[in-house]
Amino acid sequence: MRIEFDEDKCVAAGQCAMVAPALFDQRDEDGVSVVLDPAPGPERHDEAREAAAACPSGAIRLVEP
Amino acid sequence: METPEYPTAREARCPFAPAPVFREMTRTEPVARVRIWDGSTPWFVTRHADQRALLNDPRLSIDEKRPGYPHMTRARADGAPHHPRLITNTDPPEHTRLRRTVNAPFMVKRVEALRPRIQRVLDRLIDDLLAGPRPADLVRAIGLPVPTMVITEILGAPYEDHELFQTAGHVLISHDSTPGQAAEAGARLGGYLGELFAKKMAAPGDDVLSEMAGRVKAGEMDPREAISMAMAILIAGHETSASMISLGTLALLRNPDQLALLREHGDDPKFVANAVEELLRYLTIVHSGIRRIATEDIALHDTVIRADHGVIFDLACANWDEQQFPEPERLDLTRPARSHHAFGFGVHQCLGQTLARVELQIVYGTLYRRIPTLALAVPFEEVEFAMEGVAYGLRSLPVTW
Repeated sequence: MRIEFDEDKCVAAGQCAMVAPALFDQRDEDGVSVVLDPAPGPERHDEAREAAAACPSGAIRLVEP
Repeated sequence: METPEYPTAREARCPFAPAPVFREMTRTEPVARVRIWDGSTPWFVTRHADQRALLNDPRLSIDEKRPGYPHMTRARADGAPHHPRLITNTDPPEHTRLRRTVNAPFMVKRVEALRPRIQRVLDRLIDDLLAGPRPADLVRAIGLPVPTMVITEILGAPYEDHELFQTAGHVLISHDSTPGQAAEAGARLGGYLGELFAKKMAAPGDDVLSEMAGRVKAGEMDPREAISMAMAILIAGHETSASMISLGTLALLRNPDQLALLREHGDDPKFVANAVEELLRYLTIVHSGIRRIATEDIALHDTVIRADHGVIFDLACANWDEQQFPEPERLDLTRPARSHHAFGFGVHQCLGQTLARVELQIVYGTLYRRIPTLALAVPFEEVEFAMEGVAYGLRSLPVTW
C-alpha cells in the first residue's frame, strides 16, 4: 500500500492525525498534514483506510496493489 | 408530496429525531425540494452517500454573495453582501488560504495538550455542583461553563468577560432575533474583540488572537478578517458544545442501559471516544441544514440540479439514514459511528471538531462516574428544548442525584 497525499487539498482538519497518529502528523505552523510513513506495513493498513475515509477534503488517496 | 417547509418542527414525542417528513424523504425522495423563509424552493439532499459525494464537489459553492444562494434567515441574507471573505463563505483555493491562517490552535496535538486543564475545570465545576442545592440546572452548572472556559482560553480572552459572549452570542445565532437585534449584538461583540485584538497586537500571548495579530503584522491577513474570524470561533465553539453536553446527558438518562455502559467504561478512552461519535450522530445538533449553490448543472439520481440553484444538506437526515446507520433511532454507544456528518463534510467541515471531541470525551467520561445517581428532576416531557437556533439545545436541564 502507498499513501498519496495532496497537500493543496488539505484543510488541516486533522482527522488523519487523530485516527492514524503513526502515519500522519500536522505541521506546527498551519496544521497541514504530513505523511510520516508513505508505505505502511500490513499491520497499519486498516488505520490508513480509516484515515482516508475520515479525511473531509479527499486529500488522502491509497494506492493498493 | 407537497413541498414541505424547512425547517419543520420535530414531533414533540421524539425530540431527538428529525421531522418525520424528512425521514420519509431520506427513504423515498433523496433529491427533493423544500420551501424556505423567503418562499424559494432549494434542492434538499438527505442521504449520507449523496452528501459525502456532493460536499466535496467543486461544482457546489458556499459563496453566499451569489444570487440564488439559499440563506438560512432574512438577517443572514441582509448581511451577506457586507460580510468580509471568511472561511464560511469562500471556496478553494481562497478558502484553503484563509483556513490555514486559523488552523494551528485547533490542531490535534495542541487540543490534546489542553486535556488536563479542561479536566481540572470540569472537576471543579462538579465539586461546586455537588456542594450546592438540589435540584440544579445542568446547563448553567456544567454545559455552558465548560465550553466558555475553553473558548476564552483559546482566544486569549479573560474569563470575566464571558457574560458578554454568552448573551451577545445567543442573540446573534438565534432564529428569533430581528436583523436589528442581531446587528446590535454583532456590533457589541465586534467592538469587544476589536479592543482585545488591539491589546494582543501590542502584547501577544499564546492564543488564537495573538496568532492572528502576528499574521496581520506580516501582511497575510487584514484586521477586519481577523476580528470576524475571532467572532465566528467564539460563537461556533460555545453554544454547540454546551448543547451537546446537556442534550447528551438527557439522551443518556433516557437510555439507562447505555448510560450504565458508559459509566462502566468511562476510563476506557477508546470506548468513550466512540460514545462521543455516537452521541454526535444521534443528536446532530446543527439542524438548520448547511447550504450551497450550484455553479454548474449536477446530475444526481434521476434529477439535474441546475446551475445557480440552491442546495440544502440536512445533516441529521444523513446521520439517521438507515443505509448508513441501521436502526438509527437506537442510541448504541458501541456502533461504528465515526462516519457521521454532525460536523458536516468536505472542506468546510467544522474547524473546532477536535476541540469539541476532547471536551465531550472529558465530560461524558467523567460526569456520570462522579455522579452515578444523576437523574432528571422533572418528567422528560417538561424538559424545555431550544429549537430556534442554528443548533438545537436545552433551555435548562433540571437534575438531581
